[in-house]
Amino acid sequence: MSIFRYAAPSAFYPLAGRMIPWFAAIAAASILIGLYWGFFQTPAQLGGTNPQKEYYRIIFVHVPAAWMSMWLYLVLAVWSAVGLVFNTRLSFMMARAAAPTGAIFTFLALWTGAFWGRPSWGTYWDWDPRLTSELILFFLYIGYIALHSAIDDARRADRASALLAIVGLVMLPVIFWSINCPDPNQCAALHQRSDLSQMEPNIFWAMMIMTFGFWMYSFAAVFLRVRGIILSREADSAWVRGLVEGKA
Amino acid sequence: MWRVFLCILGRDITLAMRRRTDVLTTLFFFVIVVSLFPLGVGTEKQILRILGPGVVWVAALLASMLALERLFAADYEDGTLEQMLMTPQPLALLVLAKVTAHWLLTGLPLVAIAPLVGMQYHLDDTAVVTMVLALLVGTPILSLLGAIGAALTLGLRGGGILLSLLILPLYIPVLVYGAGAVTVSAIDFADTQPYFSLMGAFLLLALIFSPLAAAAALRISME
Repeated sequence: MSIFRYAAPSAFYPLAGRMIPWFAAIAAASILIGLYWGFFQTPAQLGGTNPQKEYYRIIFVHVPAAWMSMWLYLVLAVWSAVGLVFNTRLSFMMARAAAPTGAIFTFLALWTGAFWGRPSWGTYWDWDPRLTSELILFFLYIGYIALHSAIDDARRADRASALLAIVGLVMLPVIFWSINCPDPNQCAALHQRSDLSQMEPNIFWAMMIMTFGFWMYSFAAVFLRVRGIILSREADSAWVRGLVEGKA
Repeated sequence: MWRVFLCILGRDITLAMRRRTDVLTTLFFFVIVVSLFPLGVGTEKQILRILGPGVVWVAALLASMLALERLFAADYEDGTLEQMLMTPQPLALLVLAKVTAHWLLTGLPLVAIAPLVGMQYHLDDTAVVTMVLALLVGTPILSLLGAIGAALTLGLRGGGILLSLLILPLYIPVLVYGAGAVTVSAIDFADTQPYFSLMGAFLLLALIFSPLAAAAALRISME
């Protein structure tokens, strides 16, 4: 009995079903703890001469969402590559299931960023390199989902969008390192530097717990979605029919 | 091996020359889009000088993207593409030949007409020279990246719209650095060097990897 047994959709389906409540519970608990910590156990303002007031607390959602948006794209691309190399059906289903969650986190990062930007930069939107590259990431997710939905044949849809995901991977390092503007005179880098070691410990931990919570949420959401995909793809197989008849 | 490359290249160019309107349509699309902007935003010299480089690049992006649909479509419909997939020659090389032909027919005319467009926007000579050079380096990247998208969307309903959704995000770096080079050249031509270096790097990367990716995409679409 090896772990590869779960590469079969019919074996993974019940496993995912058993794991979803756990991931969901851990996600809910850590998001609650993270939010409480972030809202009540951290300083009321940030910075020295020109402090950020209460509104800085949006980073407890913003930064974890941005991290997850990039991480899930990596997950999507890795599952796509695994699928293309080993020709496993479940890998493609996982990739397809990760895409909407990734797109939601990307949108959330942009949205919360806009609301944070209004009080601190005086604008909802600015063409800062990181904002722009995050927007491109959003387009990549949308492109992936659009290509997958446009192709009726499941096998071609899987493989074509997997290839697209891998091509889009070249953008990920650009997004990750876009904080360091190539020419500081050219762009007023609004995300000037990211240095976790300089953060106030309470803020740091609240942010980490939120990230963990978002990550666990992603597991739950992706598993939930992949179960739906498995059922619709395998609708004609004996085990799905057995499942339906057993329940009915 | 180069015989195959030249053979496909010659064939595609001959085919296009028999239907010259296709080539001209792309070119005139470019000219029309570029001419629309001054009518929309006003014809003031100062504004046009600032907008010029960006507008020319966006128009070039759209023109090259619209022409992409034709890259594989005709060969797909009459079965030629299937034969190409079965030849013992490396498919990536055939794709590279088709992309080269595509660029010669859609990219190069844009480069050639760019000085004329520069006049519409009152760009000075340095800016025009930079723009032509930048387009010369940049448009092949557009054709190469676009080939991947064209291969992925082969024969799909609503392929054109879908293609734009897939490919335009990947075009953004070329747009940023291409238009950036022209803007910077207004200060000092020497400042454009990093922009050209980056675009050259993009071009080399695209030249190596995108024929391979497009070939893989074709195999996925045709199986």
